Amino acid sequence: MQFLNGITLLLVYQLVGEVTVRLLGVPIPGPVLGMVMLFITLWIRGSTPESVETASTGLLSHLSLLFVPAGVGMMAHFSRIADEWLPITLALLLSTIITMVATALVMQVTTWWLVGSAANEEQNHE
Amino acid sequence: MNDPGLKDIWVYLSASPLLGLTITLVAYGLAYRLYLRTNSNPLANPVVTSVAMLIGLLLLTGTSYNDYFEGGQFVHFLLGPATVALAVPLYQQFSRLRQLWMPVTISLLCGVVIAAGSSIWLARIFGGSFEIQMSLAPKSATAPVAMGISEKIGGLPSLTAVLVVITGITGAVLGTKLFEWIRVKDDTAKGIAMGVAAHGIGTARAFQVSNQMGAFSGLAMALSAFATALLVPWLVDLLEAWIPA
Repeated sequence: MQFLNGITLLLVYQLVGEVTVRLLGVPIPGPVLGMVMLFITLWIRGSTPESVETASTGLLSHLSLLFVPAGVGMMAHFSRIADEWLPITLALLLSTIITMVATALVMQVTTWWLVGSAANEEQNHE
Repeated sequence: MNDPGLKDIWVYLSASPLLGLTITLVAYGLAYRLYLRTNSNPLANPVVTSVAMLIGLLLLTGTSYNDYFEGGQFVHFLLGPATVALAVPLYQQFSRLRQLWMPVTISLLCGVVIAAGSSIWLARIFGGSFEIQMSLAPKSATAPVAMGISEKIGGLPSLTAVLVVITGITGAVLGTKLFEWIRVKDDTAKGIAMGVAAHGIGTARAFQVSNQMGAFSGLAMALSAFATALLVPWLVDLLEAWIPA
């Protein structure tokens, strides 16, 4: 029952998010807005209900699975990708590497500058 | 498949979502087992192996993507509630997030601009067409946002969806090794970088490293979705003005 209640709540937030995004005409996906709203709710409430935690852990523990159907969509674009495989492969690969390296370094350096070494102590992994 | 009985069964199966859904779960189950067998080697990323298995199977049986997606959509749909669910680990990291909001904001803005700018520029110098450049521009954002932006700036939304998944896989596969090379050890920095560059697939990988890395990756994914939607159309205009194609 906990899982069911949790899933229902997540769907309600997604639904409210989707409706709000459409009403306001903002270019943000409904689930992202739903996430922000759920975050604010948890913040105001001061704790996570067990039902939401159960559902969230269940969904997030196999997040990769959820991308598989979209990945299979690759087969519908084989010819297009084959036509311009070189710019696609190089731009995608290099840009992803550059983005990841730059972002990680900026985050590390700004944390040192702005927050200090206190933020860099050994993290406790749950 | 000359046997009429078998043929009837195949006709039934190819028209029902049952087969598409089942093979998705079976393929992922096998891929995940393989991933564990290789001691969680990022190269054996379960998305890569299960997508490869499924494409192979569909090509072999001559099944179209649309028929497969009849069943695949049920799994695909769960991306929505899973995105909402990211609020939970994020809330659990709240105290750390409050401490780090400044560095997070700066890194996010840098990351989003670099992700879009570098992909347009690189695609251009390697001779990609305008459509490819624009389809690549939002590749680091989560799929629904990326598709919307792609359409707005003159790319192909459905191609963008595929490029988004390939980008996510690339980030998830290379991420941990890259961070090791550049000696970034903080789970918060690794998480932010993963979420900005490789959205949900990177976040899935980040959760396998630690809850904190996952939570920050999820945060970065969500915020960079906002930032990408707001900044990329403007960035495209700016690039056009500076370095005309």
